[in-house]
Amino acid sequence: MSADILPLLTKALGETVYMVAVSMIISTILGIPLGVLLHTTSKGQILECIPFNRAIGTIVNAIRSIPFIILMVAIIPLTRFIVGSAIGTTAAMVPLVLASVPFISRQVETSLREIPYGIVEAAQSMGATPLQIIYKVFLPEAMPNIVAQLTTVIISLIGESAMAGAIGGGGLGDLAIRYGYQRFRPEIIIATVLVLIVMVQAVQFAGNQLAKKLDKR
Amino acid sequence: MIDLSHIEKIYDSPAGPVHALKDISLHINKGEIFGIIGLSGAGKSTLVRCINLLERPTKGKVTIDGKDMTAMSEAELRTARKGIGMIFQHFNLLSSATVFDNIAFPLQLSNTPKKDIEKKVKELLELVGLSDKADQYPSQLSGGQKQRVGIARALASEPGILLCDEATSALDPQTTKSILQLIKDINHKLKLTVVVITHEMQVIKEICDKVAVIDKGVIAEEGQVLDVFINPQQPITKEFISVLLSNDLPVDFRKAAISRQPIQDGTLLMRLTFIGETANDPIISNLVKKYNVSADLFFGSLDDIKGAPFGRLIIGMDGSEADIEAATNYLNEQKVKVEVIGYVRRHSAIAH
Repeated sequence: MSADILPLLTKALGETVYMVAVSMIISTILGIPLGVLLHTTSKGQILECIPFNRAIGTIVNAIRSIPFIILMVAIIPLTRFIVGSAIGTTAAMVPLVLASVPFISRQVETSLREIPYGIVEAAQSMGATPLQIIYKVFLPEAMPNIVAQLTTVIISLIGESAMAGAIGGGGLGDLAIRYGYQRFRPEIIIATVLVLIVMVQAVQFAGNQLAKKLDKR
Repeated sequence: MIDLSHIEKIYDSPAGPVHALKDISLHINKGEIFGIIGLSGAGKSTLVRCINLLERPTKGKVTIDGKDMTAMSEAELRTARKGIGMIFQHFNLLSSATVFDNIAFPLQLSNTPKKDIEKKVKELLELVGLSDKADQYPSQLSGGQKQRVGIARALASEPGILLCDEATSALDPQTTKSILQLIKDINHKLKLTVVVITHEMQVIKEICDKVAVIDKGVIAEEGQVLDVFINPQQPITKEFISVLLSNDLPVDFRKAAISRQPIQDGTLLMRLTFIGETANDPIISNLVKKYNVSADLFFGSLDDIKGAPFGRLIIGMDGSEADIEAATNYLNEQKVKVEVIGYVRRHSAIAH
């Protein structure tokens, strides 16, 4: 192994962590409310509004059905509009967020659906408003599940960020392709893959621990 | 207090509209424990949800304390619901919150100051006997303890009404007894009006003052619990009661031929029902002493219905027709309900 690998790896790792962390935060902020809406506007729920539910459901499904690599290039104009450039780590976050928000929202919807309706009914019988039911019943009750599912989202973001890197976003994917593949240095590919494995393990472990700690059932 | 008038509930289902409640009118007085009993699917859960409008009746009016609930806006309704506590078969506690926070929940909804919440929750924990469990989570509690938390939570906003939807149906008989006792106590202590939904006559017998029997969406029968027990009118009511008090003849007589007319070597079977004070009087010994009849005891049971003794006997009476008639009159005078079953051969019991 040559001595230049380490600084290359550290820099790439930093970029990946930055891309994943920031897009994760933004996606969560957007994805959780969308997931709440997906659930609460569905049939028989506290904010039942079926046309609205169908509309957002269709949009979410449409985005989710586009393969990430195609989504990435398809929205280059949007990316340019938002970030000012289509190349670079920050620019890579736009498709990452766009792909993760629908993913998170479906995950959140599934978690909320698992809460027995009786608990919602009990809250209604105590005079809770729909907003109170969301904040004090749905979200706390579903939190262990949501945390476990956000862990899965982080892991798929790590994978997608590597793809985004390949079109100029930097990060571990970029390093593996440009140095490892194009310059015939397999040791760089191996080193990158090892770093990714450790990263995914760490995220999964932390997620599991947190979910377990929150779960009082 | 609670007035339901001409309540109808129709659901849309893929198989067409389902008429869950048909023209139900009920009046429940303040401080009463009112039981509604029915088989599953009879509409009783829908009916209780119509009281706090968790289910909105398709037609009809719900009036509580003179206020028309069905005419209220969502916001008014939320305020009104704070005056109606509710407990559930599956408790419906927040699994992510401690016992303390579960009980505090309704108070947090109305932004009660922290200090007041703490004081109120402490009181309630004491009332339901769970002071040592404040920091535990529902998953660490037994079924009976969970229902106690449910009761404390329902009482937190100091309601005037408590609705119990199959509150003891998921509990074992021992725990059921203690929860019913608790409900009876709080009804007494807090002058609470209680509506109890159940499919078990036992529950009605233990705590209710009045009962309505609901069958296929209509009230089949309604009245004071004791009256309904003594004189059930509808087959469905008789069925519910028979679970508790067997109306069957003793095994040995079930296959015996029963005759309307006196038969040779026969005895007249009668079913006697004693209520209240008469259950404690020496009526049978008086009967034998005063009239020239003999009475063989074949079956007897003593029960109590919300504190009133309730005794039932099956006897075989022997004597001349005139003596038997005189004896029967005496029984009637003593407020004993007499049902003449018929004559059977005296040795049916032994000979099978």
